[in-house]
Amino acid sequence: MPQKAPSVIDRYYTRWYKTDMKGKPCEDHCILQHSNRICVITLAESHPILQDGRTIKNITYQISDGCSRLKNKVSGKSKRGGQFLTEFAPLCRITCTDDVEYTVFSCIRGRLLEVNEAILKRPSLLLEKPSTEGYIAVILPKFEESKSITEGLLTRAQYEEVVSKRTNHQPDLC
Amino acid sequence: MIPLKDKDKPIIRKLLDAGCCARCILRFCCVAVQSAYRLSYEDICRELSAFVRDSEKEQTHDVTIQTQKDDPPQKKLKLENSQAGEHDTSAAATVTAECGRDTAGASVCVVCLGVLQDFCNHGFAKKVAEAVKAENYEIESLVLSVSLPAQLSVREHSCWLHIKKEVREKSMCLGKDDVIQVKEAFKWTLQTMVSKELRVPVLANSPFEVAVGFTHAETDADCHFLATTCSDCFKPTKNKLSVFTRMAVVKALEKISDDKFCRNFPCPPTKPSTECSPQDITCLHGSVFVAGRYNKFSRELPQTPWVIDGERRMEGSVEELIAAPLLSSFRAEGFNFSSSGREDVDVRTLGNGRPFAMELLNPHRSQFTKAEIRQLQEAINQSSDKIRVRDLQIVTREAMSRMKEGEEEKTKSYSALIWTQRSIEKKDLEFIENIKELTIDQKTPLRVLHRRPLAVRQRVIHSMSASLLDCHHFTLRLRTQAGTYIKEFVHGDFGRTKPNLCDLMQTETDILELDVESVDVDWPPAVPE
Ligand SMILES: [Zn+2]
Repeated sequence: MPQKAPSVIDRYYTRWYKTDMKGKPCEDHCILQHSNRICVITLAESHPILQDGRTIKNITYQISDGCSRLKNKVSGKSKRGGQFLTEFAPLCRITCTDDVEYTVFSCIRGRLLEVNEAILKRPSLLLEKPSTEGYIAVILPKFEESKSITEGLLTRAQYEEVVSKRTNHQPDLC
Repeated sequence: MIPLKDKDKPIIRKLLDAGCCARCILRFCCVAVQSAYRLSYEDICRELSAFVRDSEKEQTHDVTIQTQKDDPPQKKLKLENSQAGEHDTSAAATVTAECGRDTAGASVCVVCLGVLQDFCNHGFAKKVAEAVKAENYEIESLVLSVSLPAQLSVREHSCWLHIKKEVREKSMCLGKDDVIQVKEAFKWTLQTMVSKELRVPVLANSPFEVAVGFTHAETDADCHFLATTCSDCFKPTKNKLSVFTRMAVVKALEKISDDKFCRNFPCPPTKPSTECSPQDITCLHGSVFVAGRYNKFSRELPQTPWVIDGERRMEGSVEELIAAPLLSSFRAEGFNFSSSGREDVDVRTLGNGRPFAMELLNPHRSQFTKAEIRQLQEAINQSSDKIRVRDLQIVTREAMSRMKEGEEEKTKSYSALIWTQRSIEKKDLEFIENIKELTIDQKTPLRVLHRRPLAVRQRVIHSMSASLLDCHHFTLRLRTQAGTYIKEFVHGDFGRTKPNLCDLMQTETDILELDVESVDVDWPPAVPE
C-alpha cells in the first residue's frame, strides 16, 4: 500500500516566500507557483494573523474607495479584463479582533484571476487552512515573466532559515 | 463532327482576326460537346477552316487558316472574300495551330495564353501522369483541378466584348455565361488523357485530386488597371501574395462598365509573345479516417506529446503509438488525433477503452480489407505494452462527429485510490453509497486555468461506492457526468470544487491513483473478433 504521497501542493506547486512585507516585521507571504505558472497567494504560517489566539474580525477586498478586488472579472482563455497587479499592489485588508489591521499584497506582477470569496463568508477558513482553502488570491503572471517574478522571493529553505533566526535572535519582534 | 451553325461564322472570323486559338473559338461559339475539344488541335483547325471555307463559296471571305508553321502548301487554305476590306474583316486572318512542341514563332492565343494550345495534348498529359506515378499513389479514380492566371479572366472579358458587338449586330442570342470556360475546356481535354495514362476513371467527387497550375508573367500587369477602376475589390489580405486573386478580378469585371473596360484595356487583347508556364503538378488524396478504442496501461504516458517551452517532458504518447503503424501503412503525410475526452498522464484507461479517431492526411494508400485492418491493429498492439487498441476500422468524416456529439451528457466511470488524513473504518464509508445524483460546482481547475477560461461548471456525480483498503486508504468508484474533474473533486482544489470529498468525509482527502473504467460512448461500433 502506498504511503501518503506528497500533498497536492508538494506535487504540483513550488513554494516561494516574501518575508517582512513592506518592512513590517513577520508579515510573511507565501506564493504557491503551479508548474503551469499560475500563482496562489496565501499567508505564510509565520504571519502574525496565524499566531495563536488571534481571531479575525473583518476581511475586505475593497482596498480603496475606488478599487475593489471583488469587482475583478476575467473572460476568455486569455483572461481579458483582469486587474493587473504589481508586487506591492494590496489584495485585501484583514482586521483582527484586537483591531490591528494587516494588508496582504500581491508579491508578484501578474493578472488577478480570482479572489477567495469563501473567506469573506467564513473568515475562520483563513486560520484553519491558510495554505489551501484560506488562500487570498490567484494571479497569472505574464508568460515571459513566469521565471523572473520569483527572483526577489525566498525559497522554502531560505524562508525557514529566516524564521528560525528570528526565533533565536529576535524573539521580541513578532 | 463539331456542331457549328451558320450564325457562328461571323464570330469565328472575328476571333480568327483577333488571334484566338481554335479551342477558344469553340468556346466562344458555346460548343458544349466535350469530344470536340478532345480532337487534336490540327483536326479542330481543319474542321474550322473547312467550315469557314464552305461559307466562303458564297461570301468569298479571305481567310487563311494555317494549321502549322511552314506547312506544305496543300495545308494552307486560302479563302476569297468579296467583302474583303469592308468593315473590320481583315484581308487575311491567320490562326496558327500548334500541335506539338514546335512553339517557336507560333502565335500564342490572346485569350488562353496557350493553355488550350500547348497543354491540351498527349505530351502534357504524359507529363502529368508521370508526376502522379512518381508519388506512388494507389488510386481508384481522379479529378483534375486547374489554376489559371487571374489575367485570363480579363482577356476573356475583353474578347467577349469584342465579339459581343458583332453578335448584337447579327442579333444572335448569346450570353457571356454560355461561353465555355477555359478551365472546363482544359479539363475536358486533359483529364480524359491523364485518366487513360493512369488507367483510372475520372470522378467528379474523387478523393484524389491532381492540381495543374499556370502562370504568365508577361501579362501579369493586365489586371492592374482594375485596382484603380474598382479599388474596393482589391483589399490586401494577410495570407495572399497579391491582391489580384482570381476571385477579386472576376468580381471587379462584374462591376466595371463595358465602356470603362474598353477605355482601359485593348479589345481584343494584345498578342502575347510567350505562352503560359506550367507550375509544379501536385497531388492530394483526401483524408482517410480510422477509428477505434484505446486502453492506456501506463501512468507515465501522455495522450498527446507533452511539450513545455519547446522541450519534451515525457517519451512517447498514446497518439504517436497509434499513429506510427497507421502512417506507414496508409503512407500518409501526417495525422490529426481526436478522442472522446482525454485522461491525464498519470491516469490509466481500462475497460472497453476510450473512443478515438485518427485523420490520416494525404494518404498514398487508402483501400484496406477488414483483414488488413485487423493486422494493423495487431501491429499497433505488438508495438507497445503501454496501450492496446480494439475495434479499429475505417470510418467516414461524418461518422466521426458521433464521437463528439453529446459528449457532455455521456457518463464516465472511474476508480480512484483515496488517502484520508483521519483514520477510517468500514462504517465511515457507508454513507458514500447513499449519495446519488450529487451536483457539484467546479471552478476551472487551477492546473488547467492557464489555458481555459475561468468559469464555474455544474457537474453531476451519479453514484459512488467505496471499499476500505486500510485505515488511511480506500478505493472509490464513481459514475459521473463527462467533464467532471475527479482529482479536484477529491482534494477540493483550494476549496474551488464544492462540495468535495474532503467536505463529505470531514477530513483532508487526496487522490493517489486514478483509472478510467469506462467511457460510455457507443461509437465506433464493435468489430467482431
Ligand atoms: Zn485559346
